[in-house]
Amino acid sequence: MHGLIFRTLEAFISDAFGPERWAQAVALSDLPITSFEAMLQYDAAYFPILLTACAQNLDRAPSVILEDLGAYLITHQNHASVRRLMRFGGDTFSELLHSLDDLPGRTRLPVSGLELPHVHIREPIPRNFTIHCTGTPTGFGHVLVGLLRAMADDYGTLAVLEHRGVRDGAEVIEVQVIETAFADDRGFSLAETEAAHLA
Amino acid sequence: MISVTDLLLAIRPLHVCIGPTGHIRQVGKSFCKLGIDDPTGSRFLEVFEIVRPAKPASMSDLRNLAGQVLRLRLRAEPELGLRGLVVDDQADGAILDLSFGIAVVDAVQRFGLTAQDFAPSDLVMELLFLQEAKSSAMAASFSLNARLNGARLAAETDALTDGLTGLHNRRALDGALARLGQSDTEYAILQMDLDRFKQVNDTLGHSVGDAVLKRVAAIVRSQTRQDDLLVRAGGDEFVVVCPGLTDHSRLTSLAAGLIRDISEPAIIDGQDVTIGASIGIAVSRMVVRCDPATHVSRADVALYAAKRSGRGRHLFWTSGMGDSLADLDLPAAQSRGG
Repeated sequence: MHGLIFRTLEAFISDAFGPERWAQAVALSDLPITSFEAMLQYDAAYFPILLTACAQNLDRAPSVILEDLGAYLITHQNHASVRRLMRFGGDTFSELLHSLDDLPGRTRLPVSGLELPHVHIREPIPRNFTIHCTGTPTGFGHVLVGLLRAMADDYGTLAVLEHRGVRDGAEVIEVQVIETAFADDRGFSLAETEAAHLA
Repeated sequence: MISVTDLLLAIRPLHVCIGPTGHIRQVGKSFCKLGIDDPTGSRFLEVFEIVRPAKPASMSDLRNLAGQVLRLRLRAEPELGLRGLVVDDQADGAILDLSFGIAVVDAVQRFGLTAQDFAPSDLVMELLFLQEAKSSAMAASFSLNARLNGARLAAETDALTDGLTGLHNRRALDGALARLGQSDTEYAILQMDLDRFKQVNDTLGHSVGDAVLKRVAAIVRSQTRQDDLLVRAGGDEFVVVCPGLTDHSRLTSLAAGLIRDISEPAIIDGQDVTIGASIGIAVSRMVVRCDPATHVSRADVALYAAKRSGRGRHLFWTSGMGDSLADLDLPAAQSRGG
């Protein structure tokens, strides 16, 4: 499994709860690794073990950790590029949702070897979306819920997102877009790259 | 049916329609973003410069380029390369469909272009996405490489350092000697053994022994030059390699100073400790070049000669001593102990 996935979990636990909590969780997991590199591959079996250890150490459900991780990816300064890359999905939150079908393809393009679950999205009733996620890592749907909630905020859109559990082997997420101009859009300019941002 | 000009306006944001007189009749909506005045009505060749495949002088020249890929630029923005296709409009004019090509990344930065400035069917958004995503991924790769390189340098330093004294180790000595063997630099090798160190270790314990070795390392450091290579070659054996130093009187004072300071009685862990040192010195000679290993073994021979002649002293190697320990009349092992 791609190191970016492990690295993200490590960065989130360390940034949100402190490096000592990550160290405790790793010790609890009994894995032979204490820190993960984004650009290396690791045994996929490590992920659920680590997640369980984090959940135990932080006394939180794994699903809650994953959801917060999704939000962290969009809102934390260290990962401003993730938010920008998501904004390439469309000018509105609904367009972004429709672009999610492309998500695995979009991630594979720059980072070959980063396999994300297959995402399928439908809008059976206008403004009511259903997302199906199939594949590993299991629990990706919770990450997506946190991430999309943060993206809705980013677009200034009021939306209700809920993880409906697993149906026919797929994690099911329901999204209801209530108001598109609920708050200010944080904006997105093609020209303002991260480099320009840092300068 | 939609007219051709309306169709172009709807789907091609970077097109140019040119009339039979060579004047621009219509441009796509994105041209207004490129920092130029509306070129409609201007002569096409005054606004654009065609770089390849040929510079047309007239409208018929331009129409003759139909079907070929053109490289061109705006005269007002010569840095920005464009490419495009000329189509004969069958009414003595021409239509150009343009794109930024790979320059699109710079164009977006320079002109603050947005998704609306490109045709939705254009892959430009994917290109820009890929460019940003690739930059992030490369940054992660570079940071991994930098960390791995740091770890590699630390490991290399560790591999060349004696953990106890912080001096270099035998591996570093071998490397330095190999380099000296390749160069024309003259040098001296001082081979030093401590006297009575074994007794200190055996009677006062290893921690006192270790402290003695550290003290000796500090003395060696304080008396040598920046460029000298200081090595603990193992046990109580020290080697100092002095590049560029072959003067006998300076080497004599260096060796004498080392022996004097090391022989000073010291109190370590509350114990009185008195040791000594013997030194053998070999100096490289440009006239008769030989490999560094020979110099090391000559310094060794001189060291044993010094020990045999009463310890606590230094001797320079002389040809009378021979090139190896086997040439000495006393067995090496007997001479060596403590």
